[in-house]
Amino acid sequence: MANTVNLKIDGIDVSVEEGKTVLDAAKKLNIHIPTLCHHEDLCVAGNCRVCVVEQEGVKNLVASCAMPAQEGMVIQTNTHKVRNARRHVVELLLSEHNADCTKCYKNTKCELQSLANEMVMGDHMFIDLVPDKNYTVDMMSPSIIKDDSKCIRCQRCVRTCTELQHVSALGVAYKGDHMKISTFFENPMYDVVCTNCGQCVNRCPTGALIEKNYVDEVWDAIYDENKHVVVQTAPAVRIALGEDLGFDVGERVTGKMVTALKRIGFDSVLDTDFTADLTIMEEGTELLTRLKKALVDKDTSVKLPMTTSCSPGWIKFIEHTFPEYLENVSTCKSPQQMFGALAKTYYAQKRNINPENIVSVSIMPCTAKKFEANRPEMRDSGYQDVDYVLTTRELAIMIKQAGLDFLTLPDDKYDSIMGDSTGAAVIFGATGGVMEAALRTAYELVTGREVPFENLNITAVRGMEGVREAAVKIENVLPEWSFLEGVELKTVVAHGLTNAKKVMQAVKDGKADWHFIEIMACPGGCLGGGGQPIPTTPEIRQKRAEAIYAEDEGLPIRKSHENPEVQQIYKDFLGEPLGHKSHELLHTHYHERKRV
Amino acid sequence: MPEIKELVKGLADKHGRTRESLLPILQGIISEERFISDAAMTEVARELDMSAALVYGTATFYSFLDTKPRGKYVIRVCRTITCDMKGKKQIVKTLEDLLKVNVGETTKDNKFTLLETNCLGWCHKGPAMLINDEAYTELTEEKVSEIIGDYMKNK
Repeated sequence: MANTVNLKIDGIDVSVEEGKTVLDAAKKLNIHIPTLCHHEDLCVAGNCRVCVVEQEGVKNLVASCAMPAQEGMVIQTNTHKVRNARRHVVELLLSEHNADCTKCYKNTKCELQSLANEMVMGDHMFIDLVPDKNYTVDMMSPSIIKDDSKCIRCQRCVRTCTELQHVSALGVAYKGDHMKISTFFENPMYDVVCTNCGQCVNRCPTGALIEKNYVDEVWDAIYDENKHVVVQTAPAVRIALGEDLGFDVGERVTGKMVTALKRIGFDSVLDTDFTADLTIMEEGTELLTRLKKALVDKDTSVKLPMTTSCSPGWIKFIEHTFPEYLENVSTCKSPQQMFGALAKTYYAQKRNINPENIVSVSIMPCTAKKFEANRPEMRDSGYQDVDYVLTTRELAIMIKQAGLDFLTLPDDKYDSIMGDSTGAAVIFGATGGVMEAALRTAYELVTGREVPFENLNITAVRGMEGVREAAVKIENVLPEWSFLEGVELKTVVAHGLTNAKKVMQAVKDGKADWHFIEIMACPGGCLGGGGQPIPTTPEIRQKRAEAIYAEDEGLPIRKSHENPEVQQIYKDFLGEPLGHKSHELLHTHYHERKRV
Repeated sequence: MPEIKELVKGLADKHGRTRESLLPILQGIISEERFISDAAMTEVARELDMSAALVYGTATFYSFLDTKPRGKYVIRVCRTITCDMKGKKQIVKTLEDLLKVNVGETTKDNKFTLLETNCLGWCHKGPAMLINDEAYTELTEEKVSEIIGDYMKNK
């Protein structure tokens, strides 16, 4: 039991655990203290000063986000001095902020704007310094726009990029009034180590870091009568979209989302889950093939451990940071890109549509997917496989623009073909999900029996621990897999690139004996993706994860290899996993990138 | 860029490869090269297994860690109040006339760069300037001409 400390805030007694801040204590009393640089995922910065409070016996105001609660403290959060100071802080920030709110992408979703609104700023008294500043806007990345004229230098993005992701594409450069958030040599984001994960976008309190949005392009495609517009939705979208449309965190809105997409006017509403199941077939087979080559054929050129390849943030990270391990990455494309390649081949053939007229849109919890769709590797259909990628947030915008009352929409079902999904595919959206789905299928393929876990729930790979190891003993195998008899399949799951780095470093240092590594670039996996509703916090990730596993349990089929449409596509089109057609459309290779 | 690679490696061998080593390594580059190029920063980032943006942030934070090419001799005239009151403006003008450059510029032969700097701590003997690590104080137009003449001829 941690020690508790007792203090008084605005005359009310409160006890909190030692180590908690004054801000935490105030929260416990439902006293609202405004914050800007504070974020629950990140270390204390204490640089914006908007959370100042008065402490009895202390001359200066203290930042409540940084001040530990102490025994006997007497705090006032609502005095003349406090209110004036906070107001001045916001006024000073606004004097350097390009406040073109009505034109801003973050209009009504900006924390600075809502503070200004709360404080009723009117004509603020400080001189507008914006015209004298040489602000730059970086629009060159396909995923992220960085607009320094909106930046309040709270450094949430810098802390995100460093602490959560160990990328540090963004840092603090210069000092004093010249201080700015900058990449290496102020190069464009697309030309540095940025993984496009968008965690910074998810944490930016203003419009300084936003996703590049493709909403208008998608509307144009929908309104174009010559175009057949297909849409795919990633597993993690259905459990978070509701947050931007009036639902509580953790509400599953799969059916309503499908209805909304149909009413928006997409010609076919399909599911990335279908290709998630396909990924399991391909990747599971790939893993077993690698194991066979290594264990039976003693082929030393086979690279183990094998890592997953679904997360485009992770792919760009390894290209920059551990290029010598690119051969360890599964050659499977991500489900989004498998879908894209199939939409303009298999789907086009089945539906008898000229692929030239297909516009392929995907709804992703992710900003890195925008980058991935633009990769030169992703044109195996003969066209750009995925034309536009929208984040969960952009879909919410489209639903509002379409005038739909999301709360009261009826449920609908995905179209066919490529709309069937299983529970195994849904859990791709949570950290550990790909591993669990792969084990459900691979174990059964090898032994002919279901995985030996109650109700198929492989709880060992679930949870929010940054790095989680699990081993599955393979026994009583089918004759053709006899080389795996008694093998203990060792796996590890990591989420957030800081944890990915730890895992890969262990591999590099020869300290690991894993066979299979699942890595997701974002904390919590895709459910905590950079394209998900804002805010995303540890508590919110937890609720989204619960929703994902509930969605899995609620589905009649929970193993990828039992997806009827997956069985169908192998019969009609692909032949077999890792077959010729699969190699052509569903697999790829990545290449080393420079270290900065 | 083999020289930069060698230089950075040598400095890292000497000062270590931790975060604390960053500043002495950057200072080491300055004393050899007069400025830290992007290639040098990339090399430091690689050698210390650290983000290049972080190296850039550190380099741009400190006024004496230049990130733009500089001449062999970097002249920094103190611009702070005491030196200003004691005639710093005239000193700068004299230097500009002698070197035929404006503040912030480098001579065509890459020998001199003329800059201003914040307080050098020589307030009691202003106006003051630095040429690389050497401080010159109680400057007058004549004294400046003499010093620069000496550098032009003998260094």
